[in-house]
Amino acid sequence: MALTRDQIAMRVAQEIQDGYYVNLGIGIPTLVANYVPEDMDVMLQSENGLLGMGEFPTEETIDPDLINAGKQTVTAVTGAAYFSSAESFAMIRGGHVDLTVLGAFEVDQEGSIASWMIPGKLVKGMGGAMDLVAGAENIIVTMTHANKHGVSKILKKCTLPLTGANCIKRVITELAFMEIKDGAFHLLERAPGVSVEEIQALTEADLVIDGDIPEMQV
Amino acid sequence: MSGFNKVVTSYEEALAGFTDNMTVMVGGFGLCGIPEGLIEQVNKLGSTGLTAISNNAGVDGFGLGKWLEKRQISTMIGSYVGENELFEKLLLSGEMEVILTPQGTLAEKIRAGGAGIPAFFTATGYGTQVADGKETREIDGRNYVLEPSLTADFALVKAWKADTMGNLIFRKTAMNFNPMMATAGKITVVEVEEIVEAGELDPNYIHTPGIYVQRVIKGSFEKRIEQRTIKPSTEKA
Repeated sequence: MALTRDQIAMRVAQEIQDGYYVNLGIGIPTLVANYVPEDMDVMLQSENGLLGMGEFPTEETIDPDLINAGKQTVTAVTGAAYFSSAESFAMIRGGHVDLTVLGAFEVDQEGSIASWMIPGKLVKGMGGAMDLVAGAENIIVTMTHANKHGVSKILKKCTLPLTGANCIKRVITELAFMEIKDGAFHLLERAPGVSVEEIQALTEADLVIDGDIPEMQV
Repeated sequence: MSGFNKVVTSYEEALAGFTDNMTVMVGGFGLCGIPEGLIEQVNKLGSTGLTAISNNAGVDGFGLGKWLEKRQISTMIGSYVGENELFEKLLLSGEMEVILTPQGTLAEKIRAGGAGIPAFFTATGYGTQVADGKETREIDGRNYVLEPSLTADFALVKAWKADTMGNLIFRKTAMNFNPMMATAGKITVVEVEEIVEAGELDPNYIHTPGIYVQRVIKGSFEKRIEQRTIKPSTEKA
């Protein structure tokens, strides 16, 4: 069975360590916050200027001056800090954020990522995504393995305008957990009940399959 | 003594000298922390040919969305079009020049501009179309793009509190681009929720010192919320 969006988030959450500063992008990455183990302390960084993002507010505590990078109203946890956009991206660019999780349209075996525009169709702007992929050492990309027509998004070379070149090392899809190194995807884990052949069939990129591939624990 | 009194009492005074074809920075992230009254006043003035520097361009009908409606902006420098349909339309039709800039690079360009640094190298955008036509350099085995800094004729800033000398304090995530923009405007105009006497703000907690600020005006703010997200009532304590 392919993983659900929540199961992808659960698998990502297993990569979090106690004391991590984490930046979560919009979409599946946001769900990761729900699966941080109870016994761990994690501070969520929101690039509009908040370290220590909390849950959504109540009607009573809602504050228009307190939003996240997705422009949603949020709260701040104990020990939180507010700062300017320049300070925020100093943290990101300077490599101070321990883990960054973000979505993508395409990823390729050189570690390049396309996530911000589809020419002629969709122009939303890159926001902070280019800074995040350039600055973070430890990035996990969450995405679907192929589009709804079965066309792979795990490619030899990205076709869409890039967000960053040679910067992605780990990708989790509904089918597989893969690492990018030496110009190829390496299959580390497969979704429960999904065969290596199924993953191979939906992967356009070079895929290295080394020995028995374990199932993800989700 | 009055040489340091930055307070003005009308929006006409706040934007005295603002003309067509100027470069103007506008603080805010989405609709959070935008100088609502100053934006309104520029809309009223009807100035055109503006180069606007702002992370976003408001929403349809509010914030910088109003400048778009009146076609006041000829060049927009920002990082995110977002859910602004008119912005996307003007971009795709080519009616308005849009220079999409990575958010962190935008923040740093403004910070550098205010700090007298003409350009800087950053890894952000290397190998992407953001780097097209720009100088690149390899430093210690990594590739960087040279990004020129930004300054403006006017910086329109929103702060929480100011004293009469223009010392500023921002509130929560309404800070965002405002502190850097305050440093990068030839004329920095700040719209605040409250003006207090000099000495009433603790000097230890000033975010932006008054040296960067030329004019301060007390505004009133709607503070429209773009994405009103509330915790489900079942989770309420």
